Amino acid sequence: MREPSSIDNVGGGPGLLGPPPAPGRREEGTRAALIAFASTIIFTIVALWVILASPNWPKIQQQFFDWGHFVEAFPAILKGFWLDIKMFLGAEVIILILSLIIAMIRSLRGPAFFPIRALAVVFIDIIRGVPVILLILLMGFGIPALQLPGVPKSALFWGLTALILSYSAYTAEVYRAGIESVHESQRMSARSLGLTQGQALRYVLVPQAIRNVVPALLNGFVSLQKDVALVLVLGIREAVRAADIYAAKTFNYTGYIAATLLFLIVSIPVARFTDWYTERDRRRKQSVTA
Amino acid sequence: MTLPKLELRGVWKSFEDKEVLRDVGLTVGHHDVVCLIGSSGSGKSTMLKCINLLFPIDRGQILFDGADITAPGVNANQVREKMGIVFQAFNLFPHMTVLDNITLSPRKVHGAAKSRAEAQARDLLARFGLSDKIDEYPDRLSGGQQQRVAIVRALATEPELMLFDEVTSALDPELVSEVLNVIRGLKDVGMTMVIATHEMGFARDVADQVCFLDEGRILEHGVPDQIFSSPQEPRTKQFLQRIIDAGRL
Repeated sequence: MREPSSIDNVGGGPGLLGPPPAPGRREEGTRAALIAFASTIIFTIVALWVILASPNWPKIQQQFFDWGHFVEAFPAILKGFWLDIKMFLGAEVIILILSLIIAMIRSLRGPAFFPIRALAVVFIDIIRGVPVILLILLMGFGIPALQLPGVPKSALFWGLTALILSYSAYTAEVYRAGIESVHESQRMSARSLGLTQGQALRYVLVPQAIRNVVPALLNGFVSLQKDVALVLVLGIREAVRAADIYAAKTFNYTGYIAATLLFLIVSIPVARFTDWYTERDRRRKQSVTA
Repeated sequence: MTLPKLELRGVWKSFEDKEVLRDVGLTVGHHDVVCLIGSSGSGKSTMLKCINLLFPIDRGQILFDGADITAPGVNANQVREKMGIVFQAFNLFPHMTVLDNITLSPRKVHGAAKSRAEAQARDLLARFGLSDKIDEYPDRLSGGQQQRVAIVRALATEPELMLFDEVTSALDPELVSEVLNVIRGLKDVGMTMVIATHEMGFARDVADQVCFLDEGRILEHGVPDQIFSSPQEPRTKQFLQRIIDAGRL
């Protein structure tokens, strides 16, 4: 989901936060920027005042915003966060490929492909129908407990697999929507030129589909980057789990704030990039039709 | 007597409950040009897509060089290799250059070497006055140029039969003639063609045989003079009268 455009236009200036003002309107642009700047300052002051004036603030400050605890908790949380990043990057690559394959299978036409098409639908329905956290618990605890020979016994492996399967089911639907958004004449043109269904998908439909769904895929990126933390239910020491352990040990919650900051440092740039890309894509399409 | 290039025998086709083609029969000889006329929704486009096997037919037979291409077990891709079809719009692949659009099928389907496919594409583009567009993307071309490239792309697979599905309907009026002239040029070199069109003057000019479709049936067919000058069926007369009233004939 795209944030409301009022957020994009905070500051009103050029760059990642929104479209640059048109050259002929520079004065107007400066004025808009000043208004945005002033209103942001006022908003921040009011918000801070409301929070700091609350009767419980000193206690909250001590429990959540203690610098000493921050420094103490940070190394373990950072180490956990590094695991989050590794899980995120590894899982994302597999998700992008696996979901594309599923979407392509679902997009095959004709009775001959019915069995694998049905299989893809069943997979998507089941995986999307189960809460992610339940899937992680079931696979992360369940499969290693089966003690099957030759099957990995690591909870991390299966927890991450659950997350990959879940995200692949959703992402496959994103790809499929992209494939279906390509005009039917494109499929027919490809087929009429003698291309097989697979070739038509590979050379004609999928390249166009991917272009259409990049913003949605990036959105999935942001979501996954946070959801990898869910493997903490398996006891895996990623950032949130590390903060949890620290809180349990010291009864201080500053570790959660540290983990929050780390997640934000990564997710905000990706969100900004998504908006920037979407905007650029929209303008590019406009310039073509103009 | 030689076999006709294409023959439709009692072809029926419906989408869900709507019958789109009803008992359609047609014989197209070698080097024949057949124009299909009729109002929108009369089944012209469906007929072409059935011939190209893009839609399976419900009943009847379609014969190509005497062989039933609608029989079970026929490889549709092999049949399509001998036919080219151009649609009303969105023919070209927007993410590929003109050259890549043209060479895709020769390379991936017919297994031609890249250099050979490109040389052939260059020849064809030169023949149709499109040499300077070779590296352009489709969105940089006019509608007329896009349709001409689409025709070139179909010709690159060396088809024996060309199908045209209202290829000028989506064009600005001033771009129509450049596309029609390309089709006229194909007639001159003896290409067998089936053309669905709303351009009556063109149909009269280029066709050996004109078929008037109405609600999925070929209501009347004959040489252009007969259809346009002395139509027998009331529906044909009515249709042509409307065209004349609209100033299109």
